[in-house]
Amino acid sequence: MVDVANVPGAAAPASAADSSSKRVALKRVLGPAHVWGLGVGIVLVGEFMGWNFAVGKGGAIAALTACWLAGILYTCVAMIDSEVTSTVAAAGGQYAQAKHIIGPLAAFNVGLYLVMAYTMLEVSNAIVTGDLIQAFAANMGLAGEVDKRAYMTLTIVFLAWLNYRGVLATLTLNYIITAIAFAAILALFVAVNPLTPGATVMHDQLLTGLPYGGLGILAAMHFGLWFYLGIEGTTQAAEEVRSPARSLPLGTLTGIMTLLIAATLTWYIGTGLMPWEYLGQAITPLYDAARLTGSLPLELFLFVGTLFATLASANGCINDASRAWFAMGRDRYMPVWFGAVHPRYHTPYRSILFFVPIAILFAVSTPLDQTITLSILSGLLGYTIMAIGVMMFRRKWPLGSIARGYVHPLHPLPAILLLGLCAVTYLAVFLGYGTQLLAMMAFYIFASAWFVLHRYKYCRRGDQFTMPWPKPKGY
Amino acid sequence: MKRAPYEPPTQSVFGQVVDAFLMLALVLVILYLPLLLGLAGGGTTVKTFDAPTWEALGQNATMAAQWEKLGFDPAKASEIIGKRFDYEFSWVALAVTALVIVGYFVGMLRWSEKEYRDVIAERFGDDAKADPRGPTA
Repeated sequence: MVDVANVPGAAAPASAADSSSKRVALKRVLGPAHVWGLGVGIVLVGEFMGWNFAVGKGGAIAALTACWLAGILYTCVAMIDSEVTSTVAAAGGQYAQAKHIIGPLAAFNVGLYLVMAYTMLEVSNAIVTGDLIQAFAANMGLAGEVDKRAYMTLTIVFLAWLNYRGVLATLTLNYIITAIAFAAILALFVAVNPLTPGATVMHDQLLTGLPYGGLGILAAMHFGLWFYLGIEGTTQAAEEVRSPARSLPLGTLTGIMTLLIAATLTWYIGTGLMPWEYLGQAITPLYDAARLTGSLPLELFLFVGTLFATLASANGCINDASRAWFAMGRDRYMPVWFGAVHPRYHTPYRSILFFVPIAILFAVSTPLDQTITLSILSGLLGYTIMAIGVMMFRRKWPLGSIARGYVHPLHPLPAILLLGLCAVTYLAVFLGYGTQLLAMMAFYIFASAWFVLHRYKYCRRGDQFTMPWPKPKGY
Repeated sequence: MKRAPYEPPTQSVFGQVVDAFLMLALVLVILYLPLLLGLAGGGTTVKTFDAPTWEALGQNATMAAQWEKLGFDPAKASEIIGKRFDYEFSWVALAVTALVIVGYFVGMLRWSEKEYRDVIAERFGDDAKADPRGPTA
């Protein structure tokens, strides 16, 4: 624990006497490399599955364009989130930020976005795990029929149990298995001999232009987000970063650059080995790419890499979703019953268990593209609120009124650009998945009505504002 | 002067269980049922092929070879190749969707603002000059 009287987030001292106030916080030990590793670790699973649905929505060229456009969207997210999180350096991330900057109903919605985005990502990971094991068993000629639903269920129950016990929910272990998964991508890239086009990868024969025309580029933006979804999780570590002003933007932006390169390499491998129609609906595209090289060791390595990436991601998702739900329970946004901590394992065990049946139900009976879309939509709603929130943040606490860890440049241009790209992505989801978009909106509208008409009466008012800031301007 | 703190009622265990199951029901009815009934993500068209060949499916020799390595013959591949997204849409449907999204955000922000004023009034007071160090946590 350290003294943080003058760290970002504190009110700008009016005099020397003001700076004498003390409070304690988590120890600041993380540097830019840690922030980078955290971000890449969270998102890497997106290279193993899901991104290729962008190919299905618009063709291979459209998917690459969407990948780069989504990169711009996430650069805006990283810039904005670096400023807000390095200032609201409180546990709870975007949920805590919305509580302090926008208001309780917005915070309730942001909490739900986080829970739904992570839970649906967990479900997607479980689906891929089941499909992968079934495909691997068939390809290896193993006797008997593998029921993938059993493995989907097993994945969710096993990881929930680990989280319940508080075991493995550690950054370190996730780093190791993520590193193995990353090595699998690099090995595949080297194996396809990228410097000799035509030897293994055959873009000249497999690329087919834009099967849906220009509209396909717009539509592909929907799954283009999957290349980076979750990178904003880097800023969750703000409270533990040594120098937020330097580490957060540097770590996050280099993370996005890394992912942009990794996504382009993944696209290059996938589109150079598979016809776009197959790639656009494949559940395990990189594993399929390894099969097409004809190398058994590589196929085994990509099987392990894909399995590790999905398990690491699902493990992190259970951890993050349950903590967001737990935080909402503790604040009474949800029943306080969920705010309990296990007496022995010190984990939010009720929040962990609550989502197990939901996750299993979705995993065994819904298609992967649908669960990914539910996750993307929740993330997208969160980015929209983020763009609005940063404008309110600057208005309520102008520069100089509080100490900021990092001030993002060119405000409000990144926020406006982010809002514009979010609008484009809503339109992209509408193309082909319009019913799901409306269902998701209906869910959040009903949930909001429930919060306003019923739930909010159980919440304490003043307790929701805990940052040591002056009164916001205009209140 | 700070406003007197609002003291929320205590919720019974039964009430908490009802609230928890209500959220569960919302997820199942609004998000899961449309997927189960095939009502979501249905924006596709399916073209069928009689006795398909790789040529009829628009696949060149390289594509055909890759399909075969993946374990597909023309008949099996035609189910995937024939399925396309249908991007024709109704402008009314687009306008309704846009209205729902914008309405949701406007409503949420306006209501949040109302609640936020209560939070600030209780934390800092309605009209008192704020302590530059803010409240004590």
